[in-house]
Amino acid sequence: MAKHTLIALVENKPGVLNRVASLFRRRGFNIESIAVGHTEMPGLSRMTILVDGTAAAVEQVRKQLDKLIDVVKVTDITDESAVDRELALIKVRANPATRSEIIQIVDIFRASIVDVAADSLVVEVTGDEDKIDSLFHLLKGFGIKEIARTGRIAMTRGAAGPITVAEEKPQQKAARPKKTKGANEISNL
Amino acid sequence: MKLTGAQILCESLIKEGVEVMFGFPGGAVLPFYDVLPDYPQLRHLLVRHEQGAAHAADGYARASGRVGVCVATSGPGGTNLVTGIAGAYLDSSPVVAITGQVARPFIGKDAFQEVDITGITLPITKHNYLVMRAEDMAAVVNEAFHIASTGRPGPILIDIPRDVFIEEAEFRYPDKVNLRGYKPTIQGHPAQVKKAAKLINEAKRPLIIAGRGVIISGACPQLKELAEKGQIPVVTTLLGIGSFPQSHVLSLGMLGMHGMAHANMAVNAADLIVAIGMRFDDRATAKVSGFAPHAQIIHIDIDPAEIGKNVRADVPIVGDVKNVLEALNEQVSPQNRVDWISQIEEWQREHPSTAIRETESLLPQYVVRQIHEITRGNAIVVTGVGQNQMWAAHYFQYERPNTLISCGGLGPMGFELPAALGAKVACPEETVWCIAGDGGFQMTIQELATVVQEDLALKIAIINNRFLGMVRQWQQLFYRRRYVATPLAGPDFVKVAEAYGIAAVKVTDRLQVIPAIERAMEHQGPFLIDFVVEPEENVYPMVPPGAALAEILEQPREEVSAR
Repeated sequence: MAKHTLIALVENKPGVLNRVASLFRRRGFNIESIAVGHTEMPGLSRMTILVDGTAAAVEQVRKQLDKLIDVVKVTDITDESAVDRELALIKVRANPATRSEIIQIVDIFRASIVDVAADSLVVEVTGDEDKIDSLFHLLKGFGIKEIARTGRIAMTRGAAGPITVAEEKPQQKAARPKKTKGANEISNL
Repeated sequence: MKLTGAQILCESLIKEGVEVMFGFPGGAVLPFYDVLPDYPQLRHLLVRHEQGAAHAADGYARASGRVGVCVATSGPGGTNLVTGIAGAYLDSSPVVAITGQVARPFIGKDAFQEVDITGITLPITKHNYLVMRAEDMAAVVNEAFHIASTGRPGPILIDIPRDVFIEEAEFRYPDKVNLRGYKPTIQGHPAQVKKAAKLINEAKRPLIIAGRGVIISGACPQLKELAEKGQIPVVTTLLGIGSFPQSHVLSLGMLGMHGMAHANMAVNAADLIVAIGMRFDDRATAKVSGFAPHAQIIHIDIDPAEIGKNVRADVPIVGDVKNVLEALNEQVSPQNRVDWISQIEEWQREHPSTAIRETESLLPQYVVRQIHEITRGNAIVVTGVGQNQMWAAHYFQYERPNTLISCGGLGPMGFELPAALGAKVACPEETVWCIAGDGGFQMTIQELATVVQEDLALKIAIINNRFLGMVRQWQQLFYRRRYVATPLAGPDFVKVAEAYGIAAVKVTDRLQVIPAIERAMEHQGPFLIDFVVEPEENVYPMVPPGAALAEILEQPREEVSAR
């Protein structure tokens, strides 16, 4: 079992998120997080899906996702060199005595204070999951009033090339070489 | 020219070559029904329950290979289609279901007869649509038929709000479909084909398992060529029956839970399985960990998600079966596998799976065999679900594709009559025999009215054992013979048929079987025979649930005498 990061490019149509979520539910796959947003390509949204499972199970997820008509492309970037980020807003208790200490911690994490009130601060932090977890644990001592976290978004580094859709090349999917993963991997997708 | 949404729908259906629809009207689809008289090319058959419409469209699709169309209204109309849509989904049958929906301003308001049918059918359709503008109608229909009938076929639902039927828009039919998220892989990867050919050429005990994908792809001649060239015996799944002529010397019949003993033994002993257009359903594999323990597996399927889903594949080939087999046949070398084939023949002699025991009583197996004899195998057989389905699969010999129509994946009792009706509409020249159980037949018995109203010369054989037979068999074998909720005090089917205006006869003695079937065949219109058979007859062979394919339960020896 390991966490896998899937990138799905999907048609920006009503109900697509439902189709994806429904598929996960029906097939008994577990989504850890899902983040959706527009892309540079018109009409396409990008989903970053964090899923927990064996290589074979995740491969099945990927192929089932790919079967959805509104899903244009699915890529498992787990083994690729990639940048991944989450964003969190943390409302932490603060009084004149603790405020400067909190600010110091926030600075170390290159996070920022985005709101100041008499008895609290709102901290904005971006980074990978570990970084956000660490900051959260440090701030916990002061008292957390509220936290909001996004799911992970991820992007492969420059050398891997962009995840994009080439228009009007029907056999493009078949031609793209894929790295092998697990015994059940098929090489002619 | 501007047309209404309803007119655009009709024009689009005609563009897609639709000739027949099975449906049932209601408030939300009335604007569609209202324009139908203007399109006499579109024949509409009124069913008596929407489930019948969906099964009939499915039966039509399976018999003809074309897309079947069914129509229902919003709310209960749509929900009544669900069983039929699910059946089509699990068996990869191309069906387009059109439902009315409440008018746009009422959507989400829990209006009268409003249900979220696109939400409900999400997991049982290949894709579905809610058409929110009349101007989208033509493109949606165009896409729907394309998706339903290409790649791995499947059902599509199009939900149309009442006011979209009435809204006007410019009608222009798209000349092509371009879906960037839907590009089925058609050609098998050459390197994989080469690997597969090498395995086949080196195998000592290869075995082909052919599924419905062979039939859908139109690859029966290619399958025959592969089998003959490589001298590879062929077993089929239930839905693969007809993909390979059962009279062929290399045909072993069906595998699986109720497969032929020698077919299951062959799977167990094979050193190579060539699985073609099949998806390793649990009824075919039995216990997966005990499936084909000595074999490497080549899996050919158009759906990449089927590869490795249930059973490991050593050499997967994603592609259209016909294309893949054509490529494969070029590389398979002629072989002579006498030892392997004679070994299987020996098993077949020692384990005669379709022998009928000697008895004075009326046996269901005998009934089916006589239907085969009298039609000389020249018929389309449509089955229900349960014992009748297995006897229909075992005792009729199938030589051509699409001659056995059975809802294998979902197993919906009540499939038989409406699907047979659909098959008869698709193939009016063919003899269509509906082989039903007395339980399942009552689930959609009202479609007898459709048969009469549409003047469909169906032949119906009810295998009447006064039990929910297959459930009773399980109770007998695995639940200490406690027949809970399985005995049926059925109606007098002859009187029921006569009430609908269908000629019918009851048969209680084996001597009456042949004359009754002959009479049914000679009769011009629909004909029903109520075969009152031995009530506690079991389907054998049987692999008990949870057991491996090799652990075959056969008919007790003392009952058998090979014929």
